[in-house]
Amino acid sequence: MKLSLRVNGRDVTGDVEGRTLLVDFLRNDLRLTGTHVGCDTSQCGACTVHVDGKLVKSCTMFAVEADGAEVATIEGAAAPDGTLSVIQQAFQDHHGLQCGYCTPGMVMTAASLLRENPKPTEHEVRQYLEGNICRCTGYHNIVKAIMAASGQEMPAMAAE
Amino acid sequence: MPKDSGIGASTKRREDIRFLTGTGKYTDDINIFGQTYVHFLRADVAHAVLNGVDTTQAAAMPGVLRVFTGADFEAVGSIPCGWQITDKHGQPMQEPRHPVLAHGKIRHVGEPVAAVVAETREQARDAAEAIVLDYDELPAVMDMKKAIAEGAPKVHEELTGNLCYDWGFVEENKAATDAAFEAAAHVTTLELVNNRLVANPMEPRVAVGEYDRADDMHTLHTTSQNPHVIRLLMGAFVLGIPEHKLRVVAPDVGGGFGTKIFHYQEEAFCTFAAKALNRPVKWTSTRSEAFMSDAHGRDHVSKIQLALDADNNFTALRTETYANMGAYLSTFAPSVPTWLHGTLMAGNYKTPLVYVNVKAVFTNTVPVDAYRGAGRPEATYQLERVVDMAARELGVDPIALRRQNYITEFPYATPVAVEYDTGDYHATMDKLIEIADIAGFAARRADSEKAGKLRGLGINSYIEACGIAPSNLVGQLGARAGLYDAATVRVNATGSISVMVGAHSHGQGHETAFPQVISEMIGIPEDQIHIVHGDTSKIPFGMGTYGSRSLAVCGSAMVRAAEKVINKAKKIAAHLLEASEGDIELKDGSFSVAGTDKSVAWGDVTLAAYVPHNYPLTDIEPGLEETAFYDPANFTYPAGAYACEIELDPETGHVKIERFSAADDFGNIINPMIVSGQVHGGIAQGIGQALLENCAYDADGQLISASYMDYAMPRADDLPFYSVDHSCQTPCTHNPLGVKGCGEAGAIGSPPSVVNAVIDAIQSGGMNVAHIDMPLTPSRVWAAMHGARTNAGAAQPAAGSSDTAHARSIGGAA
Ligand code: FES
Ligand code: FES
Repeated sequence: MKLSLRVNGRDVTGDVEGRTLLVDFLRNDLRLTGTHVGCDTSQCGACTVHVDGKLVKSCTMFAVEADGAEVATIEGAAAPDGTLSVIQQAFQDHHGLQCGYCTPGMVMTAASLLRENPKPTEHEVRQYLEGNICRCTGYHNIVKAIMAASGQEMPAMAAE
Repeated sequence: MPKDSGIGASTKRREDIRFLTGTGKYTDDINIFGQTYVHFLRADVAHAVLNGVDTTQAAAMPGVLRVFTGADFEAVGSIPCGWQITDKHGQPMQEPRHPVLAHGKIRHVGEPVAAVVAETREQARDAAEAIVLDYDELPAVMDMKKAIAEGAPKVHEELTGNLCYDWGFVEENKAATDAAFEAAAHVTTLELVNNRLVANPMEPRVAVGEYDRADDMHTLHTTSQNPHVIRLLMGAFVLGIPEHKLRVVAPDVGGGFGTKIFHYQEEAFCTFAAKALNRPVKWTSTRSEAFMSDAHGRDHVSKIQLALDADNNFTALRTETYANMGAYLSTFAPSVPTWLHGTLMAGNYKTPLVYVNVKAVFTNTVPVDAYRGAGRPEATYQLERVVDMAARELGVDPIALRRQNYITEFPYATPVAVEYDTGDYHATMDKLIEIADIAGFAARRADSEKAGKLRGLGINSYIEACGIAPSNLVGQLGARAGLYDAATVRVNATGSISVMVGAHSHGQGHETAFPQVISEMIGIPEDQIHIVHGDTSKIPFGMGTYGSRSLAVCGSAMVRAAEKVINKAKKIAAHLLEASEGDIELKDGSFSVAGTDKSVAWGDVTLAAYVPHNYPLTDIEPGLEETAFYDPANFTYPAGAYACEIELDPETGHVKIERFSAADDFGNIINPMIVSGQVHGGIAQGIGQALLENCAYDADGQLISASYMDYAMPRADDLPFYSVDHSCQTPCTHNPLGVKGCGEAGAIGSPPSVVNAVIDAIQSGGMNVAHIDMPLTPSRVWAAMHGARTNAGAAQPAAGSSDTAHARSIGGAA
């Protein structure tokens, strides 16, 4: 089946099976390997992208369903000159990643959170990350990075 | 003033840029021209005689290149085990053959039985569904105690039974230990289960095999923590490929936590099939496959007893543990309940007599091996729970009881064969009391009680052993490998440096932290130093990363290699400065002659080494590159004190972590930011074990928790911000950096304090619950509070029940 869509502002076309998942199309056909696969039950969020501005687990959507859509992946998050986005920079500044495998999904999720809720509380950040599993960081520095990216003061307990 | 570079600076991680922009290169991102895909057909029963595998129909399906079965691997070796334990009678452990694909028998759910290689992933998967297995199911061997009873069905027919080994440590201490129990004023006894866990790095395992017929060269790209170990094990023991014809590459790896140490069948398969088909062969594990094929962790059933005299001094300790090996011996499995567990049973205490007995048992389950902490969490959990229980029974303060029994003089030889070089357990406890605000606990408890909740405070100490070594000792203990590491420091002509290291970074930030050390030694900027790891064709033979060893062992090798480089560079500088070598000093990237203003820059010396026009060629070789291998003289012993504060909803049994504090002594610290991150992650895994995670099987050997819908991974809203401190520092006395290792501490130190806190909360509510087995799910906690048996499997027996931990089956519903 043929499809055409915009990915990170670029027009692309593809020819896929009906059962091909959006994440597989991104990774295998477009070679955008920043979007990861961490599970097969839509639980981990490693595959999180934006489709028409909405947060989507790309393992939960067929590629053909994205026909005509505007898809944003981690590869489009930084400025064209390579300058990191505020969220990406906050993740580096606050050591919000270790192995990096969950990171693209975390960054995409954080971007969506801050668009909906520019000054989230710690509780709201943790709630919003419900669908994203990180095995490395214990979430401490991810939550801290997202709160820092929102321009808020850090709670005392997050100091270390 | 915090430093902004070198040792002690929180340098931001350089590797983050590629991970944050989606340009990391993980194994599944590798695609090779002409690549094919393998799908493994995995057993869906736990135990069966495999009469035949009919592949006819599958082989005829579209895109299929070949279907492999166990018969194709009869001529290759067994997946090897890297550690041989000698039992208490002096006999070697029982060691079964571990085939690449099941042959003649199926021994656990998830065991690969056949493999389809096809042009696409989907074709391989579709064809696997057309394979017909002919098997006769056998009763599953699941419960460890029943498994070693007379007449139990055998997991392996060729063995005498399901007992892998019965280990006594130190056997010579047994009689004296038993006598001390006879003489004790008080004995505390605790039976407990250390729940089976699945490591669950977020990146599932991947293997890509490649074969170049022109020069008979094999390449395996794999998600490994130790590529050289895989090359040796797979090349020498399984496939018979000499090392110079085999390259193993472990590129960016998305977390390991132990489960990516081991050599797995899928790696051997992809390497073998790539040659057989003369095409690259790729395997990408699904999460469901990971649950039933990645080695699991923990799964101990233990009884521990602590003897005290009338003054509450610990006089003796003894433990008996049943350790589940699963169906086969994974690479380091036998060492985990023995040398990584028994040797830590003294903990932070000067208990004069300790005796440890471990029975390792084969069952029809996924093999069990090292998971973050590996043996040390099991030891710490037993010890710190029994000490807490003793404090309750005696009505004394658990902190005071611990302090009274702390080891205070170093070096200290324990009764379990190790010598702690240094430590200060009072210092970390003092720090913990401060950062956990233990003084404010009573007021916080009162607030919780006003809101109808119970609040509990749990504390514990821990000690662990990292950087396991030295090689000659571990050889005597049964290791079939050396445990040194290696580094090559290659100085380039214009002064920049590439360091090739045996350690492997899969989240630990070596690419950032290792240059901090070299930068400090030479005085050139960190960005002039580049770390190369993960490719056997580029790095010296090092043993990889596990057991919190990277900095203590490989970092020490790197320091030794850098010292050799500096010594040679000083000779060159002396020549250039026309001074004597003994007068040359290196500081801030410049060599100077002591007491003069004569100096030459680092880059001029390195250039002279590669363009040796004005150079002492008769005395020294050109070039500036040195390798060192470092074999530590002893383990390192990180230690500390942890506190957990929980709020318990008595209506539901739900436990919420309110505060978690960790005071660790890791010796010297290279990058405090990275160290804190390692502790955070370890704590989350420890809290996960204590409250959420449980790998459960049913009585037939079906894996019940085989996805994230059934296996509860800790998520952001299950966890608090942690308060961590590593300012208490007693540097390691025997390695050049004075470092101890920080990767596992959080996972080792945290489970007991969580459980201690829950027991404290329940008892504060007037209920006499002495123990609940992990994970402390709401249903288990609620049932324990109501005096009921929580479930038929691994749960807490009712008070006074004869249903002991030892009689329980493994796993069981949470
Ligand atoms: S891969 Fe999509 S949620 Fe896990
Ligand atoms: S950084 Fe490794 S899973 Fe999140």
